[in-house]
Formats: sequence, structure tokens, C-alpha cells
Amino acid sequence: MSQRETVLGKIRRGLASAKTAEARRDAVAQRLGQHPANTVPARGHVGQQARLDLFAKMAGKVSATVERVASASDLPETVAEYLRARNLPSDLRMGADRRLADLPWEKVPQLEVKHGPSDGRDHVGLSHAFGGAAETGTLFLLSGPDNPTTLNFLPDHHVVVVRASDIVGDYETLWNRLREHSGDDVLPRTVNLITGPSRSADIEQTLLLGAHGPRALHILIVEDA
Amino acid sequence: MSAPFLSQAFKENAVDALANVELQRALGHVERGFIQKRQKAVDALPEFDALRHEARAIKDHTLSHLDLYLEAFEGKARQAGAEVHWAETAADAREAVLSICRRVGAKTVTKGKSMISEEIGLNAFLEKSEIKPIETDLGEYIIQLRGEPPSHIIAPAVHVNRDQVEADFRRVHTHLDPKRDLADPVSLLSEARATLRDMFLAADVGITGANFLVAETGSSVIVTNEGNGDLTQILPRVHIVLASIEKVVPTLEDVSTLLRVLARSATGQELSVYTTFSTGRRRPGDEDGPEETHVILLDNGRSEMLANEFREMLRCIRCGACMNHCPIYHAIGGHAYGATYVGPMGAVLAPGLFGLENTANLPNASTFCGRCESVCPVEIPLPKLMRHWREREYERHLKPAAERNGLRIWAFLARRPKLYRLATRIGLKALHPFGRRRGRFSSLPLAGGWTGHRDMPAPAKTSFIDQWKARS
Repeated sequence: MSQRETVLGKIRRGLASAKTAEARRDAVAQRLGQHPANTVPARGHVGQQARLDLFAKMAGKVSATVERVASASDLPETVAEYLRARNLPSDLRMGADRRLADLPWEKVPQLEVKHGPSDGRDHVGLSHAFGGAAETGTLFLLSGPDNPTTLNFLPDHHVVVVRASDIVGDYETLWNRLREHSGDDVLPRTVNLITGPSRSADIEQTLLLGAHGPRALHILIVEDA
Repeated sequence: MSAPFLSQAFKENAVDALANVELQRALGHVERGFIQKRQKAVDALPEFDALRHEARAIKDHTLSHLDLYLEAFEGKARQAGAEVHWAETAADAREAVLSICRRVGAKTVTKGKSMISEEIGLNAFLEKSEIKPIETDLGEYIIQLRGEPPSHIIAPAVHVNRDQVEADFRRVHTHLDPKRDLADPVSLLSEARATLRDMFLAADVGITGANFLVAETGSSVIVTNEGNGDLTQILPRVHIVLASIEKVVPTLEDVSTLLRVLARSATGQELSVYTTFSTGRRRPGDEDGPEETHVILLDNGRSEMLANEFREMLRCIRCGACMNHCPIYHAIGGHAYGATYVGPMGAVLAPGLFGLENTANLPNASTFCGRCESVCPVEIPLPKLMRHWREREYERHLKPAAERNGLRIWAFLARRPKLYRLATRIGLKALHPFGRRRGRFSSLPLAGGWTGHRDMPAPAKTSFIDQWKARS
């Protein structure tokens, strides 16, 4: 007998459910098919401006920095200014996301924009988030050639663009948007929920920023999109 | 090979722990840090109690349909390109890992924090097979350098002080300048980051645990604050997920509810920094991520717990709140328990996984104050379950003769109320006059085991029953 049959057999014997096999299968199929929401914290259920404020407040609490940008076309200059203000070399790396690639990078000719996944030698990674959940200031990022996952973790600085219209109250709303986005109900290989820059409290329970991932997380909220 | 069973020496371990000055200094951080942080996070979320009830219901529902949710998970994970392996025992899981590593010719393996890996003794096994495991969570890295097991399920190096970490880094990182300044904890963190970065990039296989498996999508979920679990799974060519069977939950909505109580209960964070959903392997067109993903589903005694009075323990989501609030854990730390799982959750889980004969001391390591149950995010009745193990211990004659005889004498008296009252009256008459002055005894004949560590309160002059009678 295979390990699979052994383990499943032990589980089935252990459960010895009073329900019929059919009722059990129906209960599971229903739950998976309808994926009902449980209690969702009320804090995110506010108007759009208050939601953006909540998102910024929660992200700030966990040491992310948040900047609002009036228009996507301002992004190249905003990003260049971020690098300048921190004395970083004038280069960054990003994926193939059209929402980033189509920006007027020619406005900042001194900035070198590299493309593709990171090999660990980049100072700054630039990503476009799928969305943000205001309840905890959490960004949702999807893997793929548009936004390679290595950019989220290897560079010291992670700059993430998110559209104001993609900042929602809670995780459930983003899961539903993702179900629509993915269509065939298979998630991308990696979905990263990111809440602040990397940290560790493993030495005497003292919180220190910049463990293995980025030391800084900078979020740019684009308000015209 | 199996997990070491040092639990049999629990009493000796506890005495040593109480006398260990370094350990006692380190344990101060548990009580000060975790409790306040959790309370603050709970207070900030009005829905917290409602979420706890739902979290419990989600796990109960899943456990009672566990076979079906595991099959659903397996189907979705395969559809996304993962290979799913089933392992009945710890040895089966180790073999599954080894055969993958051998097939891809792995020399080094990076590891995210995984309690399943500790449970099955994976590191020692890989080393014997000449594969180098590298722990990448800072706490796990520290204890790997020290050759120690974790002393806490979410803060594995909580028993270690800063200066001890510095000494370990100087001992092991011999490629660095011996005169470097490591006084600031940040410099220790930076040194670990730089040292491990090269190892992440060079590893052949990455192994992580799973906080949850999602049946709806076939995803495994890990939560970390450092990002080490992510570098472990996206950089090597092969990603192996070690998960036990009770980690599965139905949907993304259900996992969201559990995540909302997990981080708040564990570290007092609203959400951990990195919550990562991994589904299958790298997709066509992806430029990074693992080319192969394997999920190993481990039983190792859990299907038996599903069938008996310990099923509720399988709700556990490994937040560590029970140990953070346990007066026994605060006094002696995790190593004294001598098992992979420590504190109240360990006292219930370890006997189920490693055998009561090896771990019978653990369900006795409790004052039954009930704080563990009161903070558990999935409402596991830990004291009740410890009591069940104590009953089994008595039934199986695992208690020492003196204790069994004492209980037998007490039971004889307790079943004969008149005799019992007579005996208590005699006892009170004998004891009360001696204890009257100080209200307590610092030593008593036949009770040295108690009075060696604390005073015995002196009894009242007359018994409760007599006092009650006198009132009416």
C-alpha cells in the first residue's frame, strides 16, 4: 500500500464520521466553491480617502515609508529623488510590468534602469503591487516576469508602486480581485503579502530592521489611477 | 534515529534551569516582551474574540473533513506543478527529503524555520548523508552554531543572550577581522545577513515549513519577519515544503482569518512582515522562482490524535502564546522540557507524537492556572488535555510507586467521607499549632520535595466542612 493510502486510510478510520460520505463531500465542495468570508475587521470599511490614510498609517507603524504621487507620470522623478535623498547609486532594477515600463523614464536620464530578476547585486528594486490592504498596511505582489519575486527580497531598498484604486479595506477584497485576475483559479507561483521592511527580534527580543530582506520599504501611492 | 527524549530527565533539567544564571537573564525577555505586545495588538482589534471563535470553527470543520481537504489540496498543488509526497512516519519524511536531494545532487540546503524539520531530526540526518543544512532564520542560525535545539517554537534562541551570540559569531566567523566591533546588536544582524547571503545564492535546495496549506488553491503559506523563508524558496532550483497533515485549511478567506489571529497572538504584530503563498513551481515565462516544488505531507502520529480525545490539539497554529504566558515556561525555559515542542502546547502534543512513556513528565509540568487556554487563538483546552494525559499515565502505571501509593491512600479515604473527615481533623490538630506563628512551614517531614523550593502554607485550625457547619 502506498504511503498516501496508508495515511488517508488512518485519517478516515480516525474520523468515523456520523455524516454520510456524500454529505461530507458536499460540505467540502460547497466551502471550496463558495469560499464564504468570515468576520472582516470593520476598520477598513471606510471611504476612499480614509482608507488611503489608514493604509499609510498602518504601513508607517511598521516602518515603511509612504509617499503619495499625484500622477503616474511623476514616478520617474519621484523615484530618482528617493535615491538622491539617500545617497544611493543612480540605478535600479525592475521587471517587465507595462505600468512601470511605459513611464517617462527619459525625464531622468541620469538614472540607469535595469530589467529582469535580481542576482543580489542591486541596491534598489522597483515593483508594481497588485494591491494593498488598508487594515494592516499590507501590499500584495504577484510573481512573474512583470514583477520578479527576487526584486522583493534581494535589494536593500524596495520601492513599490500601488494605485490608489487598488488599495482596499481588507484581504478578502484582494483575494476576490485576484480570483478574477487569475481566471483559471490557479494563483501565480508566489503571492507575497508584505507589511513593512525585513526585521528580526531574535536577539534578546529587540527589534532590528533589515534582517535578510530589504532594509527599507518605500511605498508610492499613485492617486490618478 | 528519532528526536532525543530528554523529557525523562525533566525534573533534573528544571532544577538545572532554575540555577542557570544566563538562562534566567534571557527568560526575562519572554515575560516582559511577548505578553504586553500581544495584549496591545488584541486591544487594537475589536473583532479579535469573534475571530478566535471562527478560527476554532475553521480548524474543527477542516479536521472533521481532513481526508477530503488533503485530497483537494493535493489535486490543486499538482495542477500547479508541485509534486506531493505522503509520509506516515518521521523516517519516511526524512527519506523523501533525502531522495530529492540525492536526485538533484544537492551539496548544501538552505532552510527556513520549520518545526517539522526539528520534529523529524532532519539536520542531523542530512549531515550524516553528507548534505550540509544551513539554517537561515537568525534564531535558528544562532542555535545551529551552538549545536542546540530550539527552546521556543517561534523564538528558537530566546534562551541566548546578546554577548553569547557575539561569542558564537567570533568562534565561527573566523574569516572576519577578530578585532571587529560587535557590541551593537545591529552589527550582529548585519554579520549574519552578509554571511548567509552567499549561502542563499549557492544552495541547491531550499526547505521551508508551512504555517498553512490552502485546499482551494494548492498553496503553502509561510510567515516570517526576516525574509529568509522567501530567499530559501525562490533562489535554489528546488523547493521542498515540509508540512504536517493538520496544516490544511479550506479557503483563502479561512487562511485570512487564521492569519489575523496568528501574528497578534505570537508577536503582537498586526501581520508578520512576509506572508507568502507559494503555489506549485515556476510558471512558463517566469524568470525566477524554483523549477521544482515538492510538498511532503507528514502524519507522524497525528491521525491517531484525530481519533482520540486529543483531536483538539490539532487545531494548534503554533503561535507560542501558551508558552509566552506559562509560569512554568517563564521559570525554566524550553530546553528543560526535552522535547521539540515545549510549554503547554508541547506538554499535550509531545506525548501524542513521541509516546507518553518518553514524555510523561510534560503534562505534569503545569500549575493548571489556565492562562494558556485563555490566550490560545484557537481555544484549545490545554489544561483539560494535560489532565487526559495524566489519567493515561496513571492507568498505564507510568507514575512512580510512591506517588501511586499516595494517590491510592488518598482515594481510599476520599471514598469514605467519615473517615476522611476524621483524618483531616487529626491532621489539622497536629499541624496547626506548629504553623500558627509564621502561617507557613519552611520544612515538613515527608514533604521535602515541596518545601525544598517553597514554603507550605499552614492549615487553618478547623476544616472547611466544620467551619461551614459552625456557620449554619
